Amino acid sequence: MFTIKNYVVAENLEQAYELNQKRSNVVLGGIGWLKMGSRNIQTAIDLSKLGLDKIEEDEESFKIGCMCTLRDMEVNESLNSYFNGAIARALVHIVGVQFRNCATIGGSIYSRFGFSDILTCLLALDTYVELFNGGIIPLAAYKDMYYDRDLLVRIIIKKDARKVSYLTHRMSATDIPVLAVAISKLEGKWQFVLGARPQRAILVDQADGILGQNPTQEEIDALVDYVIKEVKFGTNMRGSKEYRQILAKVLINRGIEEIMGGTHAN
Amino acid sequence: MQIKLWINNKVFEDDIQSDILLIDYLRSKGFYSVKRGCETANCGLCTVHLEGKPVLSCSTLTVKANGLHVTTLEGMKEEVEEFGGFMADQGAEQCGFCSPGFIMNVLAMKKELVNPTELEIKQYLSGNLCRCTGYMSQLRAIKKYLELKKED
Repeated sequence: MFTIKNYVVAENLEQAYELNQKRSNVVLGGIGWLKMGSRNIQTAIDLSKLGLDKIEEDEESFKIGCMCTLRDMEVNESLNSYFNGAIARALVHIVGVQFRNCATIGGSIYSRFGFSDILTCLLALDTYVELFNGGIIPLAAYKDMYYDRDLLVRIIIKKDARKVSYLTHRMSATDIPVLAVAISKLEGKWQFVLGARPQRAILVDQADGILGQNPTQEEIDALVDYVIKEVKFGTNMRGSKEYRQILAKVLINRGIEEIMGGTHAN
Repeated sequence: MQIKLWINNKVFEDDIQSDILLIDYLRSKGFYSVKRGCETANCGLCTVHLEGKPVLSCSTLTVKANGLHVTTLEGMKEEVEEFGGFMADQGAEQCGFCSPGFIMNVLAMKKELVNPTELEIKQYLSGNLCRCTGYMSQLRAIKKYLELKKED
């Protein structure tokens, strides 16, 4: 468990940003992960009074405040009427409803956990992060940036008609995944994201041209070979590198079949 | 830090350490139904309602409850006893340690979901671990309880 010397409920983002420039200060999300460590926090910065717990929607995008809980995203009907409900499907296995009522999307995305379901899922969508100082940048770029002192203010997901499949393999229902696979298809463009490798999720978007409009099994096999060659898998207590490669084959096949209108369910 | 919150509709005003977790604060006030089972935010034993929503009090700072309403098992005596009867009828309690958190989440589910399917029930309650049973008796108790509530 961490300790906190001073606790500041931020009155505005400028104040939060200024406070966050000190390395011993921390912005609080849902604290589910933070409490597993033993940091001595000089000043804890609470963003909960800035109205950033909402999901806003306009014609082009969803704008999700960093303090929005994972549960609020999971049960948001409008958000889940897009992308074949992939966002809810990526969230539903995370620990339990009570945990997801605490955990925040800002905390999850800022932390860029290797095991993250939601990072894996959002990388398969047209997703951006809005930083207080750094402006709006693609999530695919943000996820590999170092942990700087900027504030993650919002997640922006562009609306489009892409079809998405989100599949995972877990040792038990609410555990973190052994492997997470998100696949999306927008018109002719396929994207493949592999998370919990166990390293941080990676987007394979150079796979264009391998799959035709109605992929044959040969094309899918070639694609799987390509992905397994491109993506680095590793070994940890949940599974070996070889096991993850076998899982990747299965989940990619299922995901493509699901998007093409097949019947496989995870 | 100066805070004011309501626990089971009774107001509490206190000067607290800002890093005290809600579970520890609640227990310091005598709400012993709230228990710590795992230390890793996984077991659901410490479930309380914050403004009606089920949360893990082991992963919530007390200052986050400032100005808000917290409900523990002690504050829902009537409903808890009623559902507890259904659990007893099905032999769903063995050691009973996980029951308070489990019941709090069942009652939250009853409020939130309308006619849930078995899958929806399981998904809602998957964050409540029981190490004695195989969950079958709890599931029977929930179904019979929801059936009765539907008739009301």
